[in-house]
Amino acid sequence: MGEVLVLVLRSRRFMIGAILFLAVLCFGVIGPRVTDRNPFQMVGGLFNPPSEKAILGTDNLGRDVFTQLMYGTGTSLLIGFVAGVVATGIGVTIGAVAGFKGGLVDELLMGITNVLITIPAIVVLILLSIAIRSRSAVVMGVIIGITSWPWTARAVRAQTSSLRTREHVDLARISGYTTAELIVKEILPYMFSYIFMAFILQFSAGITNEATLSMLGLGPYQTVSLGVMLHWALLWEAVRTGAWWAFLPPVVFLAVASFSLMLINAGLDEVFNPRLRKS
Amino acid sequence: MVLANALNNSKKQRQPLLQVENLTKVFGSGKNEVIAVDDVSFEIYPGEIISLLGESGSGKTTTARMILRLSQPTRGRILFKGKDIQAMKGVDYWRQVQAIFQDPFSSFNSFYSVHSFLSKAFRLKGNHVSKSQQRAMMEEAMKKVGLNAEELLFKRPHELSGGQRQRLMIARALLISPELLIADEPTSMIDASSRVGILNMLMDLSRNLGMSIMFITHDIGLAYYTSDRLLIMNKGRIVERGPSVEVVENPTDEYTRRLLADVPTLSKRWAL
Repeated sequence: MGEVLVLVLRSRRFMIGAILFLAVLCFGVIGPRVTDRNPFQMVGGLFNPPSEKAILGTDNLGRDVFTQLMYGTGTSLLIGFVAGVVATGIGVTIGAVAGFKGGLVDELLMGITNVLITIPAIVVLILLSIAIRSRSAVVMGVIIGITSWPWTARAVRAQTSSLRTREHVDLARISGYTTAELIVKEILPYMFSYIFMAFILQFSAGITNEATLSMLGLGPYQTVSLGVMLHWALLWEAVRTGAWWAFLPPVVFLAVASFSLMLINAGLDEVFNPRLRKS
Repeated sequence: MVLANALNNSKKQRQPLLQVENLTKVFGSGKNEVIAVDDVSFEIYPGEIISLLGESGSGKTTTARMILRLSQPTRGRILFKGKDIQAMKGVDYWRQVQAIFQDPFSSFNSFYSVHSFLSKAFRLKGNHVSKSQQRAMMEEAMKKVGLNAEELLFKRPHELSGGQRQRLMIARALLISPELLIADEPTSMIDASSRVGILNMLMDLSRNLGMSIMFITHDIGLAYYTSDRLLIMNKGRIVERGPSVEVVENPTDEYTRRLLADVPTLSKRWAL
């Protein structure tokens, strides 16, 4: 474990990704606690350009964009995180059970997975977010999570069905392990690096999915997220009126957040891929 | 010979430990159907060492997996002390029937230390052995197989040699002390110099604990060296069976003769 840590810290991609991500995280988590402004509080007029009073100007209702950006980043990260946890959890569970059990269970679970893959996720997302009344940030994350697990499930299934034929699994079985114990103790540790990387990717996808949904007006109520900011900017034609401060900052933050996670993922790939380890 | 006959007679009167009856395993269906094990029947008696011999693909490992309940038979049944093993509770069965696998490298989960590998054995005992007792038993078992517990107990599998790992497998079997041990190619992947040591250790185990051992192997030399009886398997069927000496000296089946002819000897040069 210590050896892996050294390799991780030595990976330049991972370090740059981690620093960028930590910066975004601090901005979104610490920011709202430090500022005395409320993201819904009016501080100026319609689309005021950046000034001393509001360093990133104001939005369509005269609210401070910089404050919204801090709150919005926090919300977006929370939604992405919840989506990542839910998607990885469902994907790993379904993939591991299908791959380990094989036979009819496998056919059934993979059938469901493949059907879900063929349906465009955005359609399911829109339908789900219309159907569900409550629309808090956490609920948004769950909605996004339960539409994005199928690829993880397929990959985990493939790895599990190759790992389950190993002799230490047989040995554990004749030591009286239950199926759940076999999966958790004998199979999953070998996939830990993969699962962690899948989670990072799901986290990143969750952030961008939130932006997509919210921009369409299906975002969380009574909170600001980066996607919700884009929605307002779009509705009030910030692009056409040249109010760049209303839409550019959330776009940049979205890009940096998902780019930093991609970098972390690429860095971990270097570390966990044994063929690259020797150099 | 008289002794062998007497031994055979006494075995006939005893109740077999394990009975395999018309065991068949079919993989796939339709055009892809493969009959891996075809109507195989045999018995193992208490304290006996037998070998199931055959080349790769003969169905010997599939037979072993079915005996270990790692795979379901398509037809036929396996009785342990007269009871169908499918009807027994897994833990109860595995307390009495255990295995040593072929590959000492993939038999170990590389995330766990030797200590936690061995402590798994206690699960079968219902976990009523205290931690300090467990530790003492582990150390004793390791000592019996010639391993230094102090040095090795908290090592990870990748720090051990193939021979050490296979010895640990035997130590695990010692801790469980089953009545039947299935040894699937226990020496095929370790150094030639450790082989005889491992085999002798297993034979001592059988002698001292009255444990039956079934070797699954392709190595007729190993089988002859260790076993009371041989079962020769070819294409899923048992083609020849009998006491080791008889099978090796007077093989009746064509396949057995070929198998014997392939054994390299030191005294005879191969005509290549």
